[in-house]
Amino acid sequence: MSDITKQSLTELIENIKNKKLSSTDVTKAFIDRSEKSEELNAYITNDFTSALDKAKKFDQKPNLNLKLPGIPMAVKDLFCTKDIKTTAGSKILNNFVPTYESTVTENIWNEGAILLGKLNCDEFAMGSSNETSFFGNVQSPIDKNLVPGGSSGGSASAVAGQLTPVTIGTDTGGSIRQPASFTGIVGLKPTYGSCSRYGIVAFASSLDQAGPMAQNVKDCALLHEVISSYDSKDSTSIDFKRNNYSKELTNNIKGKKIGIPKEYRVDGMPKEIEDLWQKGIQYVKDCGAETIDISLPNTSYALPTYYIVAPAEASSNLARYDGVKYGFRAKGENLIDMYEKTRSEGFGAEVQRRIMIGTYVLSSGYYDAYYLKAQKVRKLIKNDFDEAYKKVDAILTPSTPSSAFKIGEKTNDPVSMYLNDIFTVPVNLAGLPGISIPAGHDSKGYPLGLQIIGKAFDEQNILNIAYAMEEKINFKNKITDWWIK
Amino acid sequence: MSIDLKTIKHISKLARISVDEQRAEKLAGDLNSIFEFIEKLNELKTDNVEPLTSIAETTIKLRSDEVKSKNIREQIIKNSPQDNEDYFVVPKVIE
Amino acid sequence: MSKEDSEYLINRKDNQYEVVIGLEVHAQVLSESKLFSTSATKYGAEPNTQVSLVDAAFPGMLPVINEFCVKQAIRTGIGLNAKINKRSVFDRKNYFYADLPQGYQISQFKDPIVGEGKVILDMPNGQKEVGIERLHLEQDAGKSIHDLDPQNTFVDLNRSGVALMEIVSKPDLRSPDEVNAYIKKLRSIMRYLGTCDGNMQEGSLRADVNVSVRPKGSKEFGTRCEIKNVNSIKFMQMAIEYEANRQVDLIEEGKTIDQETRLFDTKKNETRSMRSKEDAHDYRYFPDPDLLPLEVSEKFIEELKNDIPELPDDKKKRFIEEFKLSPYEANILVSDIDTAKYFEEVVAKMGKNKDIKLAVNWITGELFAVLNSKALEISQSPVSAKNFAILINLIKNGTISGKIAKTVFELMIDGDKDPQKIVEEKGLKQQSDPKALEALIDKIINDNREKAIEYKQGKEKLFGFFVGQAMKASGGKANPQLINEILKKKL
Repeated sequence: MSDITKQSLTELIENIKNKKLSSTDVTKAFIDRSEKSEELNAYITNDFTSALDKAKKFDQKPNLNLKLPGIPMAVKDLFCTKDIKTTAGSKILNNFVPTYESTVTENIWNEGAILLGKLNCDEFAMGSSNETSFFGNVQSPIDKNLVPGGSSGGSASAVAGQLTPVTIGTDTGGSIRQPASFTGIVGLKPTYGSCSRYGIVAFASSLDQAGPMAQNVKDCALLHEVISSYDSKDSTSIDFKRNNYSKELTNNIKGKKIGIPKEYRVDGMPKEIEDLWQKGIQYVKDCGAETIDISLPNTSYALPTYYIVAPAEASSNLARYDGVKYGFRAKGENLIDMYEKTRSEGFGAEVQRRIMIGTYVLSSGYYDAYYLKAQKVRKLIKNDFDEAYKKVDAILTPSTPSSAFKIGEKTNDPVSMYLNDIFTVPVNLAGLPGISIPAGHDSKGYPLGLQIIGKAFDEQNILNIAYAMEEKINFKNKITDWWIK
Repeated sequence: MSIDLKTIKHISKLARISVDEQRAEKLAGDLNSIFEFIEKLNELKTDNVEPLTSIAETTIKLRSDEVKSKNIREQIIKNSPQDNEDYFVVPKVIE
Repeated sequence: MSKEDSEYLINRKDNQYEVVIGLEVHAQVLSESKLFSTSATKYGAEPNTQVSLVDAAFPGMLPVINEFCVKQAIRTGIGLNAKINKRSVFDRKNYFYADLPQGYQISQFKDPIVGEGKVILDMPNGQKEVGIERLHLEQDAGKSIHDLDPQNTFVDLNRSGVALMEIVSKPDLRSPDEVNAYIKKLRSIMRYLGTCDGNMQEGSLRADVNVSVRPKGSKEFGTRCEIKNVNSIKFMQMAIEYEANRQVDLIEEGKTIDQETRLFDTKKNETRSMRSKEDAHDYRYFPDPDLLPLEVSEKFIEELKNDIPELPDDKKKRFIEEFKLSPYEANILVSDIDTAKYFEEVVAKMGKNKDIKLAVNWITGELFAVLNSKALEISQSPVSAKNFAILINLIKNGTISGKIAKTVFELMIDGDKDPQKIVEEKGLKQQSDPKALEALIDKIINDNREKAIEYKQGKEKLFGFFVGQAMKASGGKANPQLINEILKKKL
């Protein structure tokens, strides 16, 4: 069955439940395709041998009541996986093998899924193009030498390239939605506190969220339903009633009020993006929803705020990588010398840059001017959304200000790289859920995404809107298998 | 606002990342362009705004005082670059 | 003693300097598990055997706060008559060290759990109030061991993440003696509350000492130096003496004092600068994004308040009123919770017809002497409160004399024997039968006729001689009061 890897998660589950396919069939198919796809460089570590063993074991005594029965899945290498190397895309964790499992991946395995391997990502999830990984950049299945976006670039490539049926990424400033948009797939960043952060290598604690990436909205809803859980091991995990997102999914969004924020119409935004947005507005109207012009006045301050808050937290979160307990250690004359060499050789340029920014904004004399200021602006940004949600049920925006760019195009200009996240970052700052769905192509044939932002804990609503729009858009990803010889 | 080499050196000391001259200069350039962009925040008046300390709209949950973690020394030390079965071992600390 | 006489001043030629001291006491919270992890806190475990993935800061590990530690901090705050803050925030204090696995310590910087309070010290010249600035919760670090290997430092993370209360005093202390009294008072309060065992040898109680000096009468503070991590009261006092004199010398020489962190070298008995200024720490405090602000309700605090045991100051007051003790006696009994417990048990066991003064004298006299010589705590007393009470009652009701009681007490120590039984078995019961004593005295007077005559002629000193003879003849068991009476009558 050569078209196994083309099937959606929902189809695969159905076929396994109907015994048309075995877990072994499916696992083998994805392993085969993954093995042929080395050029994408989507994997950092594979676990194919034991994946096949697990699939065979599953088939011997299949438990078909599980939500992901015998489904193989690769995950971003930011999730700690027991006995499987976890690197966070960094040299400093090059040889790190956790003895524990992240809550999110644990939830996935508990529902019957099987780990295929660990997917490439920007180092410590710091990047928007997957070019900062110690393990090399990831190619986009859309086109050769095109970035898949970042930081969950390996994840996006793996889903779009059909190396895994679905996957999970993490999103701190757009790291799920931006690569999803660049590669023509669906990516959901859940409400802060929805998915446990336990066992996920931390980048910026107050912004990080794990979330699903999939070929379609339904698959995305199902995976979200599996990973979202209250976890007492994460103090910021929130105990709220979670839906059966996939079961409750509906395309009936009649009467929903969708906000269109004027501040997202930024200077220099390509006409293609504006057109896409207009198309999106028409689609939701066609679905019976109402669009309302709204204002999120502090939008333009989101990115500068993010580039204070995220590096500040990261500078502290990454202090534990010091060559003492685990990971890479450089030789040093004494303790301090060892620290300085380990961290200088172990971290890549972008990570060092952000640690430096973070250290600076927290340092004595600058705290109030930067960090405190950013926390205040963050409050204003959150207030903007609170205000908007008095009038609307969700907000529709483009996912990114442009389509994917070429590898190397922006590596020397950090600020232009950062601008990629201009539409996604406010959502993280406000702790809200946001989903990116593929909505069209640009003139080069590269995918473009639209983002639906919801109220906190209102994932079901944005999934429904996405589901309804998906039907209207009828997006077809143009995957040419260019990398397969 | 300009970040000079001396500042870069100071931050790199705090961050425990050794930086040679060449990299320090590159970093200074990068950081200056980033901070130029960050300075945009100064346009905003925020005197009466409460800083947002936590985005999770919930109160902290307290755990009961129970010992659940057992002796997992082997696991803890397994990944360390240098150890002697009992201790983590690091190059001499000079005060 | 007047207040002036007791002032601790440093004299140089014509100048007198006052010493200003503030303490940051680190008290280990008594709890089963750590502040943010579920590992054990037991002292003396094998290295790295009480370390969880959270304590060793493995990637993706997150802190979850221990409710009991929060309660312990609030209880301590109540014991220090302090304001309890309903909202407090955990911050990260960032610095690198081998025994700080996270690269930061979770502490409370801007919004501590406990605000201003006070403790009362009983000094020889009266009471002294010392202000408490704040109390906050924080994590302890691990331990770096530098002397097991010439090239390397060994790291043990057992202590990493154990809950500490940092109790910061106002700069209200003025002498090493006041520091001594302050530490002992804090220790006493926390032991009453059961929030810290106060064991300085095991490092459960340590302090950073801030010292500055200023000309006597000056209202302004001098530049202070912080002496880090001093772990005994004696060393604190020595460090203060040295440091205050060092600062005065600098001033006298016209030099300036650098605000810095210093270390007390216990071998050389001196303080020395710890870090060069160039390497000055910048801790980059910011609210820990892995934790939410800690919020406690009025009800939560009230419940803890209602559960606070009688604390030393109140107990002292009650002892003075109820048992008519002197403040001095009361102080001795209340300063250590186990002494107070022992005393109260003795009082209870003595029953209705009790002599509390006598019990106090015996506790502070004989019992303390024995404990001292055997290096025991009162909680390990070889004589139980019950048997001790019986002994006091035996004296009180005249069964034995005070002198015999000492013999009995000696015998009780070995195996906590019942004094009643000792008295019976050894026949130590006091002779109080007037007829028998009269016969005994008659014989003595008969045997010492000449001396009896001399006494009658006015040599009154000889009365003692007859008492001595009578006691001797009775084997020390005669009731001394009766002997006195009979002798007076017969002579």
